[in-house]
Amino acid sequence: MKILNIILLISYIIFFNNALAEEQDKKNKITKNLRCLICQGQSIYDSDSEFANSLKILVDKKIEEGLTDDQIYQYFKDKYGDWILYDPGLNKNTYILWLLPLLLFLVGGAIIYKNFIAKK
Amino acid sequence: MIYSLIGNYSLILGLITGLILFYLSFKNFQNPKLLNSQILSFTFFQLFFVLVSFICLILSFVVSDFSNETVFNNSHTTKPLFYKISGTWGNHEGSLLLWLLVLTLFIYIFLLKTKNQSVKYKILTLVFQQIIIVGFFVFLIKTSNPFNYLFPIPAEGLGLNPILQDPALAIHPPILYLGYVGSSIIFSSVLAASCLKIVNSSWAIHIKKWILTSWIFLTLGILLGSIWAYYELGWGGFWFWDPVENVSLMPWIALTTLLHCILVLERKSILTSWVVILSIATFTLSMCGTFLVRSGILNSVHTFANDPERGLFILIFLFILIFLSLCIFFFFHKDENKKFQSFFWLSKETSILINNWFMMYFLSVVLIGTVYPIFLDVITSEKISVGPPFYHKLMLPFLIPFLLMMAIGPRLKWIKSKLDNKIYLISLLSISILFSFLILNFFNQKILINTVLISSGLYLFFITLRDFFISKNKNLSQNFAHFGFSLLILSILFNNLFSSEIITNLKVGETFENGDTKIIFKSINQKKEKNYNSIIANFKIQNSNGKKDEFFPELRIYNQPVIATSEADIKTTIMQDKFIVINLVQNQDFFNVRYQVKPLMVWIWLSVLLIASGGLISFLKKRL
Amino acid sequence: MKKKLPPFILTLVLGVIFIIFYKGLGDTNIYMPENTKHYDVPVFNTKEFNSNINFSSSEIFELDKTYLLNIWSSWCVPCRQEHPLLMNLKKSEEINIVGLNYKDNKKNAENFLKELGNPYNKIFTDLDGTTAIELGAYGVPESFLIHNNRIIKKYIGPLNKQVINEIKKTIK
Repeated sequence: MKILNIILLISYIIFFNNALAEEQDKKNKITKNLRCLICQGQSIYDSDSEFANSLKILVDKKIEEGLTDDQIYQYFKDKYGDWILYDPGLNKNTYILWLLPLLLFLVGGAIIYKNFIAKK
Repeated sequence: MIYSLIGNYSLILGLITGLILFYLSFKNFQNPKLLNSQILSFTFFQLFFVLVSFICLILSFVVSDFSNETVFNNSHTTKPLFYKISGTWGNHEGSLLLWLLVLTLFIYIFLLKTKNQSVKYKILTLVFQQIIIVGFFVFLIKTSNPFNYLFPIPAEGLGLNPILQDPALAIHPPILYLGYVGSSIIFSSVLAASCLKIVNSSWAIHIKKWILTSWIFLTLGILLGSIWAYYELGWGGFWFWDPVENVSLMPWIALTTLLHCILVLERKSILTSWVVILSIATFTLSMCGTFLVRSGILNSVHTFANDPERGLFILIFLFILIFLSLCIFFFFHKDENKKFQSFFWLSKETSILINNWFMMYFLSVVLIGTVYPIFLDVITSEKISVGPPFYHKLMLPFLIPFLLMMAIGPRLKWIKSKLDNKIYLISLLSISILFSFLILNFFNQKILINTVLISSGLYLFFITLRDFFISKNKNLSQNFAHFGFSLLILSILFNNLFSSEIITNLKVGETFENGDTKIIFKSINQKKEKNYNSIIANFKIQNSNGKKDEFFPELRIYNQPVIATSEADIKTTIMQDKFIVINLVQNQDFFNVRYQVKPLMVWIWLSVLLIASGGLISFLKKRL
Repeated sequence: MKKKLPPFILTLVLGVIFIIFYKGLGDTNIYMPENTKHYDVPVFNTKEFNSNINFSSSEIFELDKTYLLNIWSSWCVPCRQEHPLLMNLKKSEEINIVGLNYKDNKKNAENFLKELGNPYNKIFTDLDGTTAIELGAYGVPESFLIHNNRIIKKYIGPLNKQVINEIKKTIK
């Protein structure tokens, strides 16, 4: 078993010894979070439409200008609305979206505890 | 023409058979000593009629009978025979006919194979199933008849969407439907069992086979869809948290939960209400998925013809079914006897409860994420997108305890247990943490959650792996499934962390070079096929270690309908996939080239197969 | 487990879900931006089509004048359809039509104008499509009605007679 893991580890060292440039990472992260408006349902990162390609260039430019992730998101949000972001931030429109699952989790836990564990 | 005619009448006969079956069932129900042999034969007739209809539709497609509207909309004479046939269920009407076929097939097998249960129960199950079947008959005949007649007869069809012209997608819908529709049997039988108050251990043993059948097909169906998305949609991802994918995942989660829950019911008659709710939820979620996909209420990469009238019909039908099942649940279902004692905190029951708890959480995340934009749009007309980051943020942290529980839970005994071999459990945990720390540190990945996630994945991996060799009470199916799951999580994580890609623009003859990869665009060739023309590019890619690969990605221009697609070329090895795809750039003479190295892709598919095989082992296992 | 929830609350919840789905059915599922929002013309830099001289947006759009900014390209088929409408508009109205040549090459664009006429007072180029995005556009063709350096109307897709009439009215 340990041998297996050592093999696994070594193979990783061989195959993935290229550290990724940080800027590329940042760009990928941002474009993955932007939704293509022409080919609805894909991210900018995944899409090869004209719109998506131009947007990728613009993201590059903005990164070069030294904008932070949030500033870049805000920039596109101002132009195209919340719809363009895949990651809906926590705001008045999305409180329920983010908190309801967590609330359900807590309620579920309480029900289980009350009915099955602590029952006398 | 003749086929459409036969198919159409056959459908109507099927509907009439359904109505006759209602009558027979009620008659038989008053005198339930013996199952009326007529019921069985009429169920068979119904299956037969639907089958005839379905075969007629296939034949209409094969002979390209364009007087049939469905054929006209979805086929073309130049299509290869294989895609003419698969085109039958590649569209709304045909796929609904397939639904109906599976519905009738399953109830027939159910009646044939169910031996140890009371006649009343069988008849009631049949009645509930017939309600669903008749609903679908009416839906099919009224809003989406596959045999609509076109006049004047067009000379040529409109063709099949090229992205559907693919072997994986040709078999994906039937398998997925076997899973979706399989849950209808669980739904009908749980309602029947509720009415008769026989939700108990022996019922659980009987229904488990059906749950497993449905679960295996659903797992495989999702796998096929995912593989298809990986190589056909052309951008190297395999799961996008797209609504259409989510709606197939939701019944899967519900079924998996049910599968675990039924284990408890098998041994003790507790948790009955919960099993009933889960069974109802599973089918409801399948139906809800059909509604969301077919009505076009959601925005998705997967396109289907949208028709509000169809959506409305399914919506009403869905709510009638929900209402009916809730009424039955509240009126008939009495909770388990009150004398049951609480669970000991460390026992198999508790661990299954915790599994259920987490699974329900995951389900609620997917469900809320999928439908929330609709709600927000209707209420405030604000439009938002809910994409992968949402699901990742809410699910990944919860996956960690979930994985740990998956490792420990199966080791616990029923009723009351204590952890044996604490030393090795803890030592394995520390080994896992150490390994994951080493791996990630080596590749400069310093995000804490990744380390913890990989640790818990590795922990499950080690423990299940060890169980294959040294375990006293072997539960092979569980072991396979959990081992598969650990492998799945690990492959996905490593795949995400260590994928690398190069995106560049190249002309023919140009070379791209960075650090350790050299991409040479050697040439392009043209090829003419029956249903498309293609441009095949030839790339040579050289790694730093001198390894050379030749790639032939394609750009296809399908003729009917005229749509351009990119076909990726993928070289799969045990350790990694190399994936290259090209795209045309408007008004330029270069191509956009995207080259990706994706580690452990093949393990993602294999691990899902392992999970499914766990189900298969359980299905085949004789009960001791 | 959820048995203790009173059935009527469940029914109520289901009822609400039903109504929302029912209403959702009527809406289109394809995202269309609101095109009634007024906003300032974003600041951007671009190049003049013929001379390749740099311009900034504030130099192009003078205050208290009305402009029609049209994004076009020689390879875009709908642009060909809307082009005669632009020519007519130019003839009949006092309006500054500004063209933004989107991801085109110069030769094709010049041929396009030679063939169909040139309705534009000024043309600027957008080689990589970023200027269009700075403007908040979706693609080609797309037109913006600009007054006092504010975008007062946005038309996505090709112009048609109805839209042209609307523009004429707005100018007056």
